[in-house]
Amino acid sequence: MNLPFLLEIGTEEIPDWMIPGALENLRLLFEKLEIPHETVTLDATPRRLVMRAEGLPVRQADREERVQGPAKSAPPQAVAGFARKQGTKPEDLAVETTAKGEYYVFIKKVEGRRTKDILAEGLPGVVLQLYFPKTMYWTGKGGPRFIRPIRWLVALLGDEIVPFEIAGVRSGALTSGHRRLGAGEIVVTTADYEQRLRDHYVILSAEERRNKIVNELAGVRFKPDAALLDTLVYLTEYPAPITGSFDAQFLELPEEVLITVMRHHQKYFSVEDAEGRLAPQFVAVMNIPSDPHGFVRRGNERVLRARFNDARFFWETDQKKKLADRVADLAHVTFQAKLGSYLEKTERMKALARQLGGGRHAVRAAELSKCDLTTELVKEFTELQGVVGGLYARVQGEPEAVWQAIYDHYKPESMEDSIPRNRTGQIMALADKLDTLRGCFAVGLIPSGSRDPFALRRAAQGVVKIIVEGKLAEVDLADYLGAGEAALAEFLQDRIRYYFKDIRGFAYDEVNAAMAAGWSRLVDLETRLSRVQMLRPTPDFEPLAASFKRIRNILEQAKFDEAGEVDESLLEAGPEQALYDEYRHIAGQPIESVISRLRPKVDLFFDKVLVNAPDARVRRNRLTLLNTLRAEFSKVADFSEIVTHS
Amino acid sequence: MPSFQDIIFKLKQYWAERGCIIQEPYDVEVGAGTMCPETFLRVLGPQPYRVAYVQPSRRPADGRYGDNPNRLYKHSQLQVILKPSPADVIEQYLGSLEAIGIDLRVHDIKFEEDNWEAPTLGAWGIGWQVMLDGLEITQFTYFQQCGGIDLDVVPAELTYGLERLTAFLQVKDSVYDIDWTPPLAGQHCASGAETGHEQQPAGSTGAGEGGFTYRQVRYLDELQYSVYNFEMADIPTLWKLFDLHEGEASRLLKLYDPKAPDKQRFPLLPAYDQVLKCSNLFNTLDARAAISVTERVGVIQRVRKLAVGVAQAWADQQLAQPVEPPAEEVVSR
Repeated sequence: MNLPFLLEIGTEEIPDWMIPGALENLRLLFEKLEIPHETVTLDATPRRLVMRAEGLPVRQADREERVQGPAKSAPPQAVAGFARKQGTKPEDLAVETTAKGEYYVFIKKVEGRRTKDILAEGLPGVVLQLYFPKTMYWTGKGGPRFIRPIRWLVALLGDEIVPFEIAGVRSGALTSGHRRLGAGEIVVTTADYEQRLRDHYVILSAEERRNKIVNELAGVRFKPDAALLDTLVYLTEYPAPITGSFDAQFLELPEEVLITVMRHHQKYFSVEDAEGRLAPQFVAVMNIPSDPHGFVRRGNERVLRARFNDARFFWETDQKKKLADRVADLAHVTFQAKLGSYLEKTERMKALARQLGGGRHAVRAAELSKCDLTTELVKEFTELQGVVGGLYARVQGEPEAVWQAIYDHYKPESMEDSIPRNRTGQIMALADKLDTLRGCFAVGLIPSGSRDPFALRRAAQGVVKIIVEGKLAEVDLADYLGAGEAALAEFLQDRIRYYFKDIRGFAYDEVNAAMAAGWSRLVDLETRLSRVQMLRPTPDFEPLAASFKRIRNILEQAKFDEAGEVDESLLEAGPEQALYDEYRHIAGQPIESVISRLRPKVDLFFDKVLVNAPDARVRRNRLTLLNTLRAEFSKVADFSEIVTHS
Repeated sequence: MPSFQDIIFKLKQYWAERGCIIQEPYDVEVGAGTMCPETFLRVLGPQPYRVAYVQPSRRPADGRYGDNPNRLYKHSQLQVILKPSPADVIEQYLGSLEAIGIDLRVHDIKFEEDNWEAPTLGAWGIGWQVMLDGLEITQFTYFQQCGGIDLDVVPAELTYGLERLTAFLQVKDSVYDIDWTPPLAGQHCASGAETGHEQQPAGSTGAGEGGFTYRQVRYLDELQYSVYNFEMADIPTLWKLFDLHEGEASRLLKLYDPKAPDKQRFPLLPAYDQVLKCSNLFNTLDARAAISVTERVGVIQRVRKLAVGVAQAWADQQLAQPVEPPAEEVVSR
């Protein structure tokens, strides 16, 4: 007989963003119990993590265990002793023939354990091993840790409770409904669990909650926002959206500010009109089915009005002091304890902007870029740093290039994000990120593992993306490494590799090959990479790459790295001379146009000529020839890095 | 429609019925109810404790000269400490909202992750901000560490923002318009406390016949302290005071002897008052923009060192006292 299984971990409200990960983890930990089963279903609301499985056996299959006894030839006392020890009689022992002869064997029947027992023993571990980014204790020091206190546990196998206890909570068949619309103790079975919850205003399935929200918004032009929707789905047990409105006067405020207040502070969707402009409306999602008296709508409208009023107050207050008059105030804003204030950073950024080829607009933008950190609006809405500075700069009459540069200078915030829209912004953003990177590396603030408190990976990724996609061909990263040079170079190379490989889809060996011929000028690197990619499918490429690998190995084995000139008088007529002549003929030409001529000559050389010649001078000359070839034809990429199939 | 003081009465009554000591505000200036000895020191050690009090909380940098409808130099927190936290602590908390007339079947309540941390106190906890119809009304924290010490018993801390809560219930857009008292002569309608707290038209101000508004009670505080904190506080004097209070606190801490047989007499509570003085002076200097970048981290460290020092000495001093029997099981089910 196969049994259904239900586990519900009842908790206080779990942070929404941790729930999907916890469910996946729950599945893995359950699989480790190695209990046969058919389907597994995982569900969660803020107050419960739920696993349901079908088709568990009542008990594990019986198995046989073989215990080898004395040899057939052993004295009867020994055989009797063995039998006694196994709790059986000598006549019930079997005899087996092995390579070493015949032996008595006891075949022990081990009864399969009851699944219920395995679960009762294993589930506390499954629950307490669930991974959460930040856990707490609640029963006292040394007590169990979980994401939030565990308040009830449902564990049913078929009709039976799987008994266990965690943090003083005993498992049972009682669940809990919606905090205010449902009952606190509800008896459930594996069959009626989901329905009983529904009766008590809990929709178990996240998918169903999501669909409920979206379906009830039919006809409302809300701005789709998958991440926000996810948050709301895991913040509610019985969600329903409501649409509220705000005074159209607030639309005079920058849209960026309005959307940030709605999205980040209030978890509202914003709404658009038929032309795609921001409408004076919002969508909030409640954790109750309806708002018959309009209390919830009016409450949210009032909160939003207060927030917008604040924003307007800040917007107007901030205008009283221009950005340009705030530069000195940056002396009071810490950038990083060891790296000084934002005023110092600003000065460094200005110098870097010049060094990067920026003109007076870039320098001006750098000078004003951090001033918005002293504004009330940014103190209130930190996620709008840069954007607010840009908006103020525009109002205060800065040229378009300057205000747009300030607006964009934190971009790209992710690999999907775009780079600053104009050249001034690209240079200034680059100056900002390079300053942060080289400053942090110089004072030893280097990311390790998952620890990256200054978001240096993102900064480095931004540097790569801006240079490549902004086509800043003149920038050579080697000029900007500062005191932490070696570590920073390695860090940047990792990011460059990641960018071309994972974001741009180049093969990893092509990336390695092209970077080995120079990594620090990224536009050039991109061009060379494209050339390698084009060359790769041509018939001569892989054989030539294999030959270059051979050349590298030969040179490495001989520990040969002298530049030197080839001594023509030492060349042997035939393949060696032919290869040298060919080299002389094609040197300096693009690899694409010479590869088909070079390859047969190289092949023939290796076929007929012994590099390791007995005469030391000849040997040296041949190594010099190979080294010269390698240097000449590795300017695009070091082809010996290509992984070949031959 | 409950007045500001009605709400305070009802919440105190509610928590008194659940076994809390009702304390009066602490008489040294603090930035938050958490900093009062009733929380900061009482959460340490194994003894159970339950207390509720209203604490005026001073944040010099938040002053707005009485101009901003939602922001105050000094706001009022209702602070509740339940040590150990009972298993039904959230139910009890929701009950307190119902006790002041909020029908949670028709209002939207959500618990959104918000972990609390106070680096100057070496304290942090896990918890939520509680949102009522989109308004943050309470910070709910399970303390984990205080004064750098892992807590023996985990207390629940509930911090209600009383002005916000009242503005919500009275449907006022500005805290200055909320009624501190009910109208003197008018019929203070009892039904207002049920669900009909939206009957007053928005924008209506004034506490009716003979009553007092928040503005009448508090406006001058906001104005004058803003002027003082932002414009007139004498920076050298504040620094001098800071140094004096710091000196006194650290002098006392150095004298504390954990091996002394009569260590219970040692004045750690007065030493802690000195720390609170330092903290408030730091906040005032900060509002006055008198702390430079290089100084800032250092000054925070100085306050933290004192706070942690007092907490550790206090935890040690508690061991000298006969410990009350431990609390009942945290979870009973």
